[in-house]
Amino acid sequence: MTAPATTGKPRSEVGRSRTRKEDARLVTGRTTWTDNITVPGLLHLAILRSPMAHARIDRVDVSPALERPGVVAALTGRDLADELGPLPCVWPVTEDIVMPDHPAVAVDEVRYAGEPVALVVARGRYAAADALEAVEVDYTPLPPVLGLEEALADGAPLVHTGRGTNRCYTWPLVTGDYAAQKARADVVLRRRYTQQRLIPNAMEPRAVVATPPTASEEYTLYSSTQVPHVARVILSMVTRIPEQRLRVIAPDVGGGFGSKLQVYGEEAVALALARRLGRAVKWTESRSEGYQATHHGRGQIQDIEIAATKDGGILGLSVDLLADMGAYLMLITPGIPLLGAFMYPGIYKMNAYTFRCTGVFTTRTPTDAYRGAGRPEATFAIERTMDELAAELGLDPVELRRRNWIRHEELPYTSVAGLSYDSGNYEAATDRALALFGYDDLRAEQRARTAREDPVRLGIGISTFTEMCGLAPSRVLRDLRYTAGGWEAATIRMLPTGKVEVTTGTSPHGQGHATCWSQIAADVLGVPFDDIEVVHGDTRAVPQGMDTYGSRSLVVGGLAVHHAALKVVAKARRVAAHLLEANEADLEFSAGTFSVKGSPEATKTIQDVAFATFSAHDLPDGMEPTINAGHLVDPDTFSFPHGTHLCAIEVDTETGRARIRSYVCVDDVGKVINPMIVQGQIHGGLAQGIAQALYEEAVYDTEGNLVSGTMADYLVPAAPDLPDFVTDRTETPATSNALGVKGVGEAGTIASTPAVVNAVADALRPLGVRDVTMPCTPLRIWQAVTDARAKEAAT
Amino acid sequence: MTHISMTVDGTRYEDEVEPRLLLIHYLRDHLGLTGTPVGCDTSNCGACTVELDGDSVKSCNVLAVQADGGEVTTVQGLASDGAWTPLQTAFHEQHALQCGYCTPGMIMAARDLLGENPDPTPEEIRHGLEGNLCRCTGYQNIVRAVLAAAAEERRRRAPAPRPAGAGRPDGRPEGAPATAGQEART
Repeated sequence: MTAPATTGKPRSEVGRSRTRKEDARLVTGRTTWTDNITVPGLLHLAILRSPMAHARIDRVDVSPALERPGVVAALTGRDLADELGPLPCVWPVTEDIVMPDHPAVAVDEVRYAGEPVALVVARGRYAAADALEAVEVDYTPLPPVLGLEEALADGAPLVHTGRGTNRCYTWPLVTGDYAAQKARADVVLRRRYTQQRLIPNAMEPRAVVATPPTASEEYTLYSSTQVPHVARVILSMVTRIPEQRLRVIAPDVGGGFGSKLQVYGEEAVALALARRLGRAVKWTESRSEGYQATHHGRGQIQDIEIAATKDGGILGLSVDLLADMGAYLMLITPGIPLLGAFMYPGIYKMNAYTFRCTGVFTTRTPTDAYRGAGRPEATFAIERTMDELAAELGLDPVELRRRNWIRHEELPYTSVAGLSYDSGNYEAATDRALALFGYDDLRAEQRARTAREDPVRLGIGISTFTEMCGLAPSRVLRDLRYTAGGWEAATIRMLPTGKVEVTTGTSPHGQGHATCWSQIAADVLGVPFDDIEVVHGDTRAVPQGMDTYGSRSLVVGGLAVHHAALKVVAKARRVAAHLLEANEADLEFSAGTFSVKGSPEATKTIQDVAFATFSAHDLPDGMEPTINAGHLVDPDTFSFPHGTHLCAIEVDTETGRARIRSYVCVDDVGKVINPMIVQGQIHGGLAQGIAQALYEEAVYDTEGNLVSGTMADYLVPAAPDLPDFVTDRTETPATSNALGVKGVGEAGTIASTPAVVNAVADALRPLGVRDVTMPCTPLRIWQAVTDARAKEAAT
Repeated sequence: MTHISMTVDGTRYEDEVEPRLLLIHYLRDHLGLTGTPVGCDTSNCGACTVELDGDSVKSCNVLAVQADGGEVTTVQGLASDGAWTPLQTAFHEQHALQCGYCTPGMIMAARDLLGENPDPTPEEIRHGLEGNLCRCTGYQNIVRAVLAAAAEERRRRAPAPRPAGAGRPDGRPEGAPATAGQEART
């Protein structure tokens, strides 16, 4: 029995726009979202949440809920306090960081509106929700803590009383002598920018199903998570279920954007309830519940100061940041601003850089990763500042960037923040973007509109960026005091029939890993794309993994697949040489076939070798009967994609409406595995970055209530709210990995927000407007124009 | 409890349900038709869009009892004998989905849109799908997919080439041009 031989050299899979393997079930509704999962005896969990931002809990009585029909159990936070450990934060960024206890269900005090207070388990989801109304809670209101600066003032009310401060940590980074650079500067520009809070809004709300041990002593947790492997470690610690008896499965996951890079209290609670009740328990958040219960992103006040010469040469940069932690530290809350710390200098050369971040507790939903996580904030601040500096100096903003950026022949280059950028070509991407955009024509139109005092002004915004992603070298993570490593794992199993099973520790939720990893493996192994199955998102099927976030999956996990495949070929070569009675050195391997140099008729396909290895009848002496292989990649460095984004925006000065007229971006993400998927990642990233610039904000009132608390109040853009994008790429292969690839998942989000706000500012600058706070809503734009006109009239 | 009967994806069901039961929960929890997901609780996202008696509805915004006697089509009822509809094919080919959670609703809304306007402009598609949110794609490829599906559907409706020995199915003489609007534009 021999597997059929493949003949002819197939086209290279890498670089092809393969349509996705994932789509078939998604377009036909044959999906496995967590909320779809049902098991015999399944119970439904509903959670009573605090209606107040800050209050002492005087009494919780769940007994009336137990009288309601269908209710099986009702519990308070105190009932679970001994059973569940606190939810951990794994990124204590400084030695003296304040890390308050974070119970999965509040016991004595609630610290944000939406914090869990009591639990009801019932036979149906409606019955569980109904019974929440019967739970009695007495609260004594405590003062909310909302403003970041106010929270740090003497005598401010405290989020965590016993800690004596709302300051979570202060983390500095100093390179060079900024004061000296400032002293010799011709121009010093100081700006304050606010990064509003954002709600990630993955389309699939979070959901959890926990099943108790049945046939074996194993608990299974299905969760809509980006991080099944991380969750297993953390949840075994929180619930004290031995790790080897906990299986975590991320089935079909409907988006994450960082919001599911988290281990949530509801996951621990569902496991605890399954253990107590001996029944499976499901919890699915409603969208409005998720707006309070799923972590938020951004939430920073940035004071940035740039020192420059009069011809625009940057001398130094100083950044002082206040970062809203929210009420508790979630998995990596304190580290998010630090991912931006290294990116404020962007692609520019300078002599000195000073950064300081202070994390601040407030009585709001905790913050954590949201697409870009720290780098969008940094890129926004430096790119807004570059446009302002250009205006101050009377320079074209593109020209100012040219005078300061790292030229391609200077790469690799160690930035002032200490990062070693391996590759890139900022000039090429910018030139391409300017050409596609029609920069000069748009500038001419802008001047004409300004000259005729057109009520609809044209603004042009620029953003040139790089970012650090591909998290991450484990040693660097150690230096940043992150608890875990940054490696990723893959295995390749050559099945007896010649088919291939790839396991990956990445955990996709829309990114198309099954398709792309198949392309990578197909090229190395020389097997057909369709013969490869990619397995992911199950800690039992994929024993090792660090999961998906930080644009890491391709540059770490995809690379692991590549290297594992190379190992398979190396092992197969030994078997093939044995079968062909040739020296390994005399074998050639191409398109899945080993042949002997000089005698092309003597061949064995890799499928032949797979079957021969399975039968193990005739293997080299002493060889283990397997050509399967695994590989773990721990990257040497971060990944540094870059690009140039240009936005033309029409701003109606009478109504305040801003309408994007054209958006052009040229991104360089190194070598591309699947251009179609890369373009899709850029599109989606742009949509989220533009949404921060123009539409979205988590708004709290003075009592600490989330007033943008439903999807009807929080403006997730719909199709008419976004333009058609013009996207293109330059391709400068990364020199830091064998595939030449760079991360792409967050690039669009990181670059686009400043491009849009720079365009708004550019449109309004002739009217005397200096800035519009995000989101640049019609009201804010109109107010900025009105204020500027009033100021002009007064002078 | 109220007695209801309805046809969903070609199968007739009868049930006793609470009057407050939402159609989406009837489909998902009672019938096990989990292909249609829930994305919000304010009828903003459109993920749960299905067809009820010929119109697209957000099934989180309809009571099961309101659909009594009706005919419901979900994304699970579109393909026949494994053959996808032009919209399903176009969403796949144009990379109009990433996580895929909005896709069932997006396809059902687009189906309704094309029923009313078989030859929409990109702008009309954007406005026609205003009630359906996608967080992954930025919508551009969704617009492309709907355009592609519209073209394919028009092509299919256009008169088929005459089989050998048969008269034209529409009775027009051979060689006569197709009616304007029926012609496939590729």
